[in-house]
Amino acid sequence: MAKYIVKRILLAIVTIWAVATLTFFLMNLVPGGPFLSEKAISPQAQAALEAKYGLDKPMFQRYLNYVTSAAHGDFGDSLKQRGRTVMSIITMKFPVSARVGGLSVLVALTLGIPLGCIAALKRGKAADSVISVVATCGIAVPSFVICTVLMYFFGVKLGILPTMGLESAKHYIMPVIALSFYPTAYIMRLMRSSMLDVLGQDYMRTARAKGLAGGKILFKHALRNAILPVVTYVGPMLAYTITGSFVVEKIFVIPGLGGEFIKAINGRDYTLIMGTTIFLATLVIVMNVVVDIVYKIVDPRIQLK
Amino acid sequence: MAEYLVDIKNERLSFFTPAGEVKALNDVSIRLKEGEVLGIVGESGSGKSVTAYSLMGLTAHPGKLLGGELQFNGHEIEHMTEKEMRKIRGNEISIIFQDPMTSLNPVYTIGNQITEVIKLHTDKDSAQAKARAKELLELVGINEPDKRLKQYPHELSGGMRQRVMIAIALACEPKLLIADEPTTALDVTIQAQILELMMELKDKLGMAIIMITHDLGVVASMCERIAVMYAGRIVEYGTADDIFYNPKHQYTKGLIRSIPRLDTKEHERLIPIEGTPVDLLNPPAGCPFAPRCDAAMKICLREMPPVTNFGDVHYTKCWLSQKEEFEKGASHE
Amino acid sequence: MKENPLSFQLKLKPEDFLPATEEEKQSQVIMRESVGFWKDGLRRLRKNKVAMVSLVVIILVMIFSFIVPSFYPYTYKEQIKGANNLAPMEYSQEEQARIDAGESVFPHIFGTDKMGRDYAIRVMMGSRISLLVGLIATAIILVIGSAYGSIAAFFGGTVDLVMMRIVDIIYTIPDILLIVLLSFTLKAPLTSLGENVPGFHWVNVVGENLISIFIVFALLYWVGMARMVRSQVLMLKESEYVTAARALGVGNGRIIKKHLLTNCIGTLIVTTTLQIPSSIFTESFLSFLGLGVAVPLPSLGSLASDAINGMQTYPYLLFIPALLISLIILSFNLLGDGLRDAFDPKLKN
Repeated sequence: MAKYIVKRILLAIVTIWAVATLTFFLMNLVPGGPFLSEKAISPQAQAALEAKYGLDKPMFQRYLNYVTSAAHGDFGDSLKQRGRTVMSIITMKFPVSARVGGLSVLVALTLGIPLGCIAALKRGKAADSVISVVATCGIAVPSFVICTVLMYFFGVKLGILPTMGLESAKHYIMPVIALSFYPTAYIMRLMRSSMLDVLGQDYMRTARAKGLAGGKILFKHALRNAILPVVTYVGPMLAYTITGSFVVEKIFVIPGLGGEFIKAINGRDYTLIMGTTIFLATLVIVMNVVVDIVYKIVDPRIQLK
Repeated sequence: MAEYLVDIKNERLSFFTPAGEVKALNDVSIRLKEGEVLGIVGESGSGKSVTAYSLMGLTAHPGKLLGGELQFNGHEIEHMTEKEMRKIRGNEISIIFQDPMTSLNPVYTIGNQITEVIKLHTDKDSAQAKARAKELLELVGINEPDKRLKQYPHELSGGMRQRVMIAIALACEPKLLIADEPTTALDVTIQAQILELMMELKDKLGMAIIMITHDLGVVASMCERIAVMYAGRIVEYGTADDIFYNPKHQYTKGLIRSIPRLDTKEHERLIPIEGTPVDLLNPPAGCPFAPRCDAAMKICLREMPPVTNFGDVHYTKCWLSQKEEFEKGASHE
Repeated sequence: MKENPLSFQLKLKPEDFLPATEEEKQSQVIMRESVGFWKDGLRRLRKNKVAMVSLVVIILVMIFSFIVPSFYPYTYKEQIKGANNLAPMEYSQEEQARIDAGESVFPHIFGTDKMGRDYAIRVMMGSRISLLVGLIATAIILVIGSAYGSIAAFFGGTVDLVMMRIVDIIYTIPDILLIVLLSFTLKAPLTSLGENVPGFHWVNVVGENLISIFIVFALLYWVGMARMVRSQVLMLKESEYVTAARALGVGNGRIIKKHLLTNCIGTLIVTTTLQIPSSIFTESFLSFLGLGVAVPLPSLGSLASDAINGMQTYPYLLFIPALLISLIILSFNLLGDGLRDAFDPKLKN
C-alpha cells in the first residue's frame, strides 16, 4: 500500500511538473514572451519583473527560476491587478469557486446515485424510462445552454431567482443546478449500468440463496459493488466542475477563480493565467491521487502493487 | 411427515423472452427421500439447473412456473410467498453454484459472508456466529480458519472458495443441499477432493443432495438415483445401476457410450452424440431427441413418447420401449 | 409413475414404428438463421428506433448545414442594411417596400442579428463549423489514438510501459485547462505562420483558433482512444481463438482481417461515434468563452455567447443555437449507444 501511494504521488509530481513546463513554454510562444508583451506596464513594474525573473537571462534559466518559485507557491505578481500577487488572488477567489463546486458535487452524488439505482431496479418500467431519458438528455446539453436557459426562465421571465453574484443562499441555486446538471446525469447513467451489471452477478444469486431480504441484498451486496465505478468518476467530475465553473461564473458573474481565469485570458494577464492553470491542474491531479487511493481501499480486489 | 423430502410433480416452467416463450421445463417429476442423493444429468440448457432453482424459489426473471406441485419438507413451494421462502433458503435448502470464482461477493471477507447466513437464520450473536464459522471452515477442510475468516475471496484459490461456498451452504444444517455443477469450474484433482468432501459431509450430517451435472462419472460415484434430462424433460429415471447397466433411452445410451473408459480395447473410439440440442423456442412436436436419434421412428417425430415403466423406480419416455410393449401386446392377441 | 394418458388415446399402428428417414428428422430441426457480424449488427441497428431517428436527425442537420447554404439567398457575412434585430419572419422597411413593389423577398426565418445578418444562414454555418470540428477532430483522434495504442500493444514490454506512462500523465492533466491555454497561446504564432510563411495562408482562412482546437485535440484527446485500442489489441493478441487460428497456420494478414478487425471494429466504431459529440461539446464550450472560431465565422457556441447580452429582448437568438447544439450532441450520443448495442454487445454498460 505504502509503495503504491509513493508511486502514485511520484507520478502526480511528474504530471504537475509537465503541466508547469508546458504552461511556461506555451506562454513563451506569445510574441515577446509573457512578461514583455504589455506596453501598459509601468517602468517600475517592468524593472521589478526583470529583476525578479531575470529576463535578460536565457530562457532555460528563466524556466528554472519560474518552476522553483512556483514550487514554493510563488507565481509572481499579477500584471493587471496592481500590487497583488497571483497567489493572493487565488487564495481570495478560490474558496468561492470551491463552495459552488463542492455543493454541485454533493448534489450530483446525492441525486445521481439513488436515481441510477432506482432506474436499474425498475428496469424497463416507467421510472427507468424517465430517468434514462433525463440522463441521456442531461449529458447532451452543454453547461452554457443550461445556464442561459435557467437564467432566462427563472431570472428574467419569472424573476424569482437572482441572476448575478453570490450574496445569499438563493444566489447559489442556479449556479449549482447548472454546474451539477451534467455530473448528475452522468452518475445516473453510470450507477444504472453498474447496478444492472452487479444485479446479474453470481454473488447476488448467492445472497438470495442465503435467504437474505431484498433490502439487505440491495444495500449490503449490490450497492457496495455498484458504487465503485462512481468512485472512479469523482476525479473527472472534479475536473469537469472546475472547467464548468469558467462558464457558470462568467454567466452568473460569480467572483470565483473560474471567472477570474476567463477575465485573465481576455485581459492577457499572463502571470495570472499561468498561476491559475498550474494551481487548478495541481488540484485536479492531487484529487485524482486521493480518489485512486480511496478506491484501492474500498475495492479489496485491486492488488496493491 | 411426508414420505418424501422433495416431491415435484409435473412441473412446467417457461421463460417469457422477447423472442417468445422458451419452454424450459415440461412435465418434470422428481422424488427424493431424506438423506438420498439424486443426480440430474443432462447437457447445457436441458433444464437441470432450472428445476433446482425453482425448488428454491430462485427462478430468474422472466421465468414463470406454469403448473405442477413442488413439495419440500412439508412446504408447498408453489404457494409460498417470497417472505416465507426466505426462511427456508440457506436454512432448510442450500445451494452450491458452479463457479466459485464469482459466487462470493468480492468486497466482503469470507468471515462476513459465512456469519451473515448464520446470524440470519439462528439467534447466535456475533461471537457465536464467528465461532460457528470457524467450526464450519474446519469442517470443510480449510486450515488456518482464523486467518481465512479475515481474507477476501480473491485471496483464495478456486477449490478453497468452493469449500467456503460449501461452508456457507452447510451453515444452518440444511435438509437438502443442491449442488449445481459444483466441480465444473475446478481443476480435475480439486474436483475429486470436493466430491469426496461432499460425500463425507453427507454421511456426517445426513442431508439429501441433488447433484446437478453433465458429468456421468460424477453421478456414477455418488448418486443413488439418477434423472437424465433432455430439452426440459426427464427422459429416463432410475437407480445408478438401472441407468448404467440397463439404459433404455437412446439419449442415455449415447451419453454412456461417450464416457471414456479404461477397460475398452485400444482402438475403440468414443462415440459422440451427433447434432445439436433442440431450440426450446421452437420445440419439435414429437420427442425432442428424435432428430439426433439413430433409431428414430416415424411416430417419434409426430408424438411425444409416453412413460414406459420398468419396475418401481426405473422409467423412460421413449417410443422404442413403447414399441416393445406394442409388439408384446400384438403377439398376445 | 403414472402412465401417460396419451398412450391410451393414441391408436398406434405398426407403420408408426418404421424408422424415420434423415429428411424427416431434419425437417423437425428448426434452426435459427445464422447471420454474419455486419448483417446481424445492421439488423439490430435498424430495429433500434431511437438510433434510427437520431441518424435521420443527423442527416437532416448535415443537409441543413452543408447543402442548404449553397443555394440560400443570404450569406453569413452579408450585413443587410436596415435589417438589424429583425424578429423571425419579419422584413426590414426596405424589404417590405420591395415586396410591396411586387418583388419576392426570401424571409428571414430566424430573423436577423444586431449586425443585420440573416440568422438562419448563420445558424446553418454555425452547425457546419460544429459538425466539421466534431468530425475532423474525431478523425485526428482516431488516427493518432489507434496508431499509438496498437504500437504500444504490438511491441509490449518496455515500449508499452513507457508509452502507457505517458498516456497516464496526459490522462490526469485536466484537458480543458490546457485546451484553453493552448488555444490562447497558439493564436499569435499561427497568425504569423499564416501571414509570413508561403503555403500556410490557409491557416488565416480557416482561422487560428480552429486550427489550435485541432492541435489541442491531436495533442490531448487521443489518450482515451489509445487506451481503448491498446486493450482491444492486447486482448486479441492473447485470446485463445487467435492462438488457435495461428496454430492452424492462418497467416497474419488473415488474422488481422478476420479476427482483429471484426472484433475490434465494433468497439472502434462505437468509440469514434461517441467521440464526435464530445469534440463538438468542447468546441462549443471554447467558442462560448471566445476561444473558438474567429469572427465573422459563426459556431453554435459563439452564436449563443453573442446572444447572451440581448437575452431579454431577443431570446430566440440564444435558444436556436442552444437547442441545435444540444440536439446534435444528443443525436450523436443516441446513435453511438445504438451502434454499441448493435455491434458491440460486450461493451454494453
